[in-house]
Order: sequence, then structure tokens, then C-alpha cells
Amino acid sequence: MANLPYLPHTQEDIRVMLEKIGVKKLEDLYSDVPSEFLKKGAYALPDALSEQQIRDYFASLEAMNAKLKVFVGAGAYDHYTPAVIPYIASRSEFLTAYTPYQCEISQGTLRYIFEYQSLMCELTGLDVSNASMYDGPTAAAEAMKMAVACARKKNRVLLSCALLPPVIKVVETYAKFHGVEIGYIPAPDGQTSPEALKAELAKDDVAGVIVPSVNRYGIVEDHTGFADAIHAEKGLLVEYCDPSTLAVVKTPGEWGADIAVGDGQSLGLPLCYGGPYVGFMTVKKEHMRKMPGRIVGQTVDKQGRRSFVLTLQAREQHIKREKATSNICSNESLMALWVTVYLSLMGPEGLKEVNRISADGAHYLYSELLKTGQFEEVFPGKPFLKEFVLRPKQFPGLMQQRLEKAGLFAALDTEEGYVSFCVTEKRTKEEIDLLVKTVKEG
Amino acid sequence: MKYYDKLVFELSKEGRTGYSLPVNKFPQAPELPVQLRRESPLRLPQVSEPDVVRHYTNLSQMNFGVDTGFYPLGSCTMKYNPKINEEMAALQGFAGLHPLMHAGLTKGALKVYQEMNKALAAITGMYAFTFDPCAGAHGELTGLMIMRQYHMNRGDLKRTKVIVPDSAHGTNPASAAVCGLEVVEVKSLENGRIDVEALKPLLTDEVAGIMMTNPNTLGLFETQIKEIAALVHAAGGLLYYDGANMNPLMGVVRPGDMGFDIMHLNLHKTFSTPHGGGGPGSGPVGVAKHLEDCLGEIRVSGFHGNFGVILRAYAYILSLGNQHIRKVGQYSVLSANYIKECLKDVYKLPIEGVCKHEFVFDGLVNDGAHDDVPGATTLDVAKRLLDYGFHAPTIYFPLLFHQALMIEPTETESLETLDSFIAVMRKIAAEAAEDPEILRQAPHNAPITRPDETMAARNPVLKYEW
Repeated sequence: MANLPYLPHTQEDIRVMLEKIGVKKLEDLYSDVPSEFLKKGAYALPDALSEQQIRDYFASLEAMNAKLKVFVGAGAYDHYTPAVIPYIASRSEFLTAYTPYQCEISQGTLRYIFEYQSLMCELTGLDVSNASMYDGPTAAAEAMKMAVACARKKNRVLLSCALLPPVIKVVETYAKFHGVEIGYIPAPDGQTSPEALKAELAKDDVAGVIVPSVNRYGIVEDHTGFADAIHAEKGLLVEYCDPSTLAVVKTPGEWGADIAVGDGQSLGLPLCYGGPYVGFMTVKKEHMRKMPGRIVGQTVDKQGRRSFVLTLQAREQHIKREKATSNICSNESLMALWVTVYLSLMGPEGLKEVNRISADGAHYLYSELLKTGQFEEVFPGKPFLKEFVLRPKQFPGLMQQRLEKAGLFAALDTEEGYVSFCVTEKRTKEEIDLLVKTVKEG
Repeated sequence: MKYYDKLVFELSKEGRTGYSLPVNKFPQAPELPVQLRRESPLRLPQVSEPDVVRHYTNLSQMNFGVDTGFYPLGSCTMKYNPKINEEMAALQGFAGLHPLMHAGLTKGALKVYQEMNKALAAITGMYAFTFDPCAGAHGELTGLMIMRQYHMNRGDLKRTKVIVPDSAHGTNPASAAVCGLEVVEVKSLENGRIDVEALKPLLTDEVAGIMMTNPNTLGLFETQIKEIAALVHAAGGLLYYDGANMNPLMGVVRPGDMGFDIMHLNLHKTFSTPHGGGGPGSGPVGVAKHLEDCLGEIRVSGFHGNFGVILRAYAYILSLGNQHIRKVGQYSVLSANYIKECLKDVYKLPIEGVCKHEFVFDGLVNDGAHDDVPGATTLDVAKRLLDYGFHAPTIYFPLLFHQALMIEPTETESLETLDSFIAVMRKIAAEAAEDPEILRQAPHNAPITRPDETMAARNPVLKYEW
């Protein structure tokens, strides 16, 4: 059998190297390993495949997945990815680079991260961004820890029940092991309840509050008075956002938030079964030194030329070690490049137009679905953009099957017994009409 | 590589656009209530598509990558990233899958997870894996959560300490702290291995477990692993394996066989997926059979982890198969030992003997210091390497030595590449002995010279000011 194409060693190379090392055979390089731990016999792995065989096999796997038009959001949005993004992001100078610790030969990475930070600050209306986090839910968990670290003695963080389900689950997991107590603010009429928030704050133990900007029902929330109430109790307000919508909805900065987190997936990243996505976090300047993750800063080189470096590293895990409040190091740098190129291409008008088309399509679908008589409104009159929920009058299983057969992924069941829909600018009027027709046929 | 000074904001011109969207055929939706609308202007770049392509192409040309040159970067396993893997991960049938589609719609994706689970279990000797963690440190944290969950399920709530060797990766103590565990450090011996006698008294009934990487960060195999495993298990603790150093064991030794109960793998190291300038990674966590129940209780990411990265790693494993996997481990160890033997007369080798995939030098034998001329440091050697077209090794880590240079070549570098690296390292050593100032001013040929890091930290400029 031929050698693996990724391994350049000839038999002669191996001989030369072994001779220099002063051992006879490759196995001698493991003479320090107790022999009982040396694996005997073959591994339970398949036979090696050639490149053509891998291609054929992956084609067969791919064919096992359904290819449906996506009418579901719930934290992963099917927005259009311009061709330029994968083209640029697949440049091997970006793709195959290490973390930019050697800044003199990493100015490409460092510059786009600086641009990314600038763009995320602009979108969220806050002062400082880090270089990215894993995904939205983990970014929310980092914000939860940060709130507790800022508050010193208070150890309870409130979550809105209108946050996306995975956000709540991941924050709960981190909180359980980090020793943080979690409280909940109900959203009985589709919006985080200000009265319930105030009642919880009155208990005088709240370090921070995480609320969704656009929530799990697709409703754009009104956070009037939230920041003042939370700050009066010396807690931090954390806004969980879909950054694409920040082109049109009130920003975390405008609400008076201390921290904004969320998932950058809606800014041009493919659905890809849930990852890689890119978590983001921006904060007010006074919280900069408590923020987790890498940060790129501007400086000059010895010739006085504008240069970029990883900075404020005293905050980070490899310096703080056991005193750290975050352990993140590798993040989602390449996906931050996707976001940066996306926002550069879309510009202010493009991003607003994405929101406009999506919202117009979603409202069209909403009214057409109501006309079918098969749904009831859950939160009538509440403002939404691209995503909404309805209450099906009958068990939705059969309808969902018909939709799938028609090539549509829609009407996702929610925990509350609603069904959820989402329309992005990728969905055509014809596709929406097909969805409505398929629903009617039941 | 040449210096290019633009930021995308500086290319912006009012009215220029770079997007292409369909004509809006829908009736106009109601406007958002005024109090919910964005008030501040949205200042994003206004640039054309050619502007964008040229700008980012220019930026890319200030970057070094595995496809440009050799990374002797210890504990980072910067191996070649196969191109077929990129194509397979981009297939529309994978890239277009919504994460909340039910199992009947995602049979191909689920098969990838099942087959990866089997393959990683075979390679590591663990029983089952979770693929949710998005990076190595995320895997560590998840693994420690599983460790704590195991003790909690047994009603043993006092085990809140975890033992970490002084040579551990910096993330180990940080992950422990985030997981609510108190770190107890165990010292290394002169020979770079864990001091088993010092470990014994630390193994109280408050210890949840120990975090180890084997080979350790000095590239040395922990020869007393059997005894360590027995001691930790006898004290009721679990053994965690930090998979950052798994590459030399590929096809030769399995962590599960050495007694480890929990481990993570870095798919972006050992399994060839590209590092992407700092992610996306993937850090699947494997457990022994007796911990399987704890896996399902831990939710650490939004959906199913970094599926796109897992696809790439799967393609890589299929290309290795049972036939080639052993070569990965063996050749990585061969290359590391070869470099070590070729350079140990000019760089200080603190611990003799066969290493695994990496090793550590403690600076130059002759740093050129004389009279009032300061000598060249490890940082200076690293920066001088950039001039010669190589990435630097990992420097000042592990913390056991003052001038650590940690070198890991990987199995995908040819003898010619290793020889040219060795020749340059020798040339740099000679330069240091003669005139350390050449090193201290390096790099001379990179897009920029050494930046002022103090200024960056004292007066932080962290975003573009419009």
C-alpha cells in the first residue's frame, strides 16, 4: 500500500533520522513506555480510504440528509452567505494560521479581529469587544460569570424565561459547577416581565440579569427601565442579541446594558448543523478588565507604523491560571473573519434591507397562516421581525410531515406547545405560498 | 509578506455597496414601535465587492500559515491540513442542515457522529464521546464537570480539589477554577516527571481527581503512570487526560489503557483540522464506561458542537485508517528526537533521553552576553526565526525553565524541512554568540518590526474611531 500523501518520510529518511538519534528502529522511540501499554494488534478502525473513496462516501452520507427550505430559526438563521466570504476565509494564510501570538507575522489575523471588534461595538452600541467566543450560549455563560465576578458578594444571576432554550441550559450548566445561583424572570405575555424583575431585584442578592433583545418567540422586547432598576441594585444588565437585527432594533448600549452577548451566526454563517458559529461579547469600558477572551489592540512598531497585538493579557487564563474566571483560549477566530467580511459587504443599507425583506416576508407568512384557520395567535399585537410563534389548533405532527414532504422545514415545536416559524431574505414568495398551501391541505 | 496599512473603514465611501439581495416582493410589515428602534446611525463600511476582496487578500498576505511554512510550535501540533477535508465539510447537504431538524432528516449527520464516536473510542480506548465542546479548553471544562458530576451522583460532595502538575498546560488550572474546583499543585522531579512520593500525601478524600497530559509538556512520557493511576483510583479519584499531547500516541498507546477515566481531544491539533488563526476548534470528551451516565447531564454548547470541524476530522480518520495511524505517532516522535539530537550542542537540553512528539530547550548555550552587552534571550531567538521563514516555537512555557523553547515538528514535515530548520537554528546560535544585537532587533524582514506592547496595554485602542 502506498504511503499516506500527508507523510513525506521515505524509508531512507527514516533510516538517517534513526541513526542520528542512535536507535535502531521506530519502536525503540517508545522504549520509555511500559510494554503493557503498547497497543498490540490492529486498531478497530476501517481500512484507509483513497481521496476518491472519501469523496464518494461523503456523497453517500450527504445524500442521507434531507435538503429542505428552512423556515425555522430558534437560534440558527438561514441568512444568505455572499460568495466572497468562503472565498476569502478559505485563503490558507487565514485558514491555516495559528493564534496570532507572533504578531509580526500575524498582522492579517490581528487586523481583521480589530475590524471585527470595531464592528461588534458599532452594532451593539458598547465600547469594547473581545476577539470572539465559542457560540451564543457559552458567551451568555461567560457573561453570567463576569457579572458575579464584578459583583463580589452577590451570587445570583437572573435569566429571562424568554431566552432561547439552549442559552438557559448552557448557563445553568456553567452556573451549577461554578457555584452561581440562578433565578428566573417569567415572560407570561411574551415579554420578560418588568414587575417580576423588580420583585427579584428586591431580594438584594442579584449580581446580573440576562434578558433577550429579540426573544424565543421572535418578539422584540421593551426593556424600558430595566437598566435603572438593575443598576440601582448594583447588578449588571446583560442583553442577549441576534446581531443581524441590531441594524434596526434598539441596541444594548441604548438600553443601558453593561454587556451584550449573542451568536454571530446570523451574520452570514451557514447553518452547518449548529457549528462552527461565533459567540460575541461587548462591554462598557469600565468592565474591560473583567472581560474574558482575547482582545486585539492597536499600537506602533519600532518604525512608528500602525500595528496590532493581542493585549490586556493579564486578564487571560494562561497568566491567571487558577485565579482565572474564564478558561477560554482558542475561540472562533475564522468565523469572526466571516462576520467581518459579511458586514463589510452588506454595509448599513444591506443589513437593513436583510431585516426589511425578512420581516416583510415573515409578516406576510403570519397573516397568510392565520387565514388558513388552523392557528391561533399567541401574543397578538406584539412586535416581531423575522420570527414568530403560533398555537396550532390541532396536533401539528401531520402538518409537519406534509411540510417536510413538500421540501420545507417549518412549524418547529416549542416547549410551550406552540409552533415556531422564521423567514429570512432567502425565502421567496413562491416558497411561502407553497408553505401556506401545504398547511391548508390538511 | 509586505506591510499593508488599510482598515476596511478607511476604504468606505458614502453610497457605495457590496451586497446583492432579491427585490422585496412582500407587502410592507408594520414598523417597529419607536421606542424599540435603533436610534444611533449604523456606521458600517460602505465598500464594493472588489474593494473587499482586495483588502482581505492584502491582509492575508501579512499572515504566516501551515501552508506557507513550518511551525515548530510545541503543544500545538500544527500539522498539514488536508484539502479534501475542506471540500467535504462544505458540501451543501451538511452546511445547509438546521441544527434543530429531527433525526429522520439528519441521518447522514448522525451517522458521522456515530462513526466518529466509534473511531475515537478505538483510537483512545475510551468508551463514549460527547462532541459538544468547541475547543480544547472547553473540553477540559466539560471533562471536569463530568468528574464532579460523577462524585455528586455518588453523593460524595466533599471532593472539590483537583491535582494538577506544575508542568501542566495553563488552561488546566483555569478550567479547574471555572468548574469550581480548588487546584492542588504537584511538583515535578529533576527528570521532569511527576513526583509520585509528593503525590501520595495529596490524595485525600477531598480530591476529585488529577489532570495529566502524557507525554507531559516537556514531551516526556510519565513512566510511572500505572502507579499514579492505581494511587488516584485507590483514593477514590479519577484521572483526566489532557489530549493536547495525544499526537505521539496515535496508533501506539491508548489513554484508556493507561487508566484514564476522562479525556479530551483537540481535533484541530491531532486530527488535522485547520487552526483558523485561533479557532474554530473542537474538543470532544471521552469517558470510560463507568462514567457514561454522566455524559448526558452536561450541556456546554448551543447545539451539537462544531459539526463542520468534526466532518473534517472524520475525513482525516478515514484517510488514515488502520493502515496509517501508527505512522502519525511514530513519525512525529522521530522528527522531534531528530531535531533535539541535532541541536542539543548549541541549545541547552535540561533533560536528556528520548522524548515524544516535543521537547524543551532552556535557551542558548552561548547567548553572546559579555561585558555590558546583554545576551540574546529565547524571545530573541524566536523573533529571529521569523526572518528565516519559520514560525517560532512555543516560548517561555512550560514554566519550569526560564528560557523555555518548546519544539514540536509533527509528522507532516519532510527531512529537508527539518534540516533547513536545524541549519537556521544553528545559524541563529552562531549569530547570538557573535553579535546578539542582530537577534535583539529581529525580526528584520517581517511586515512589521517589534510592536510597542506596553503602549497597547497602557493606552488601549481596541476599536476604530470613526
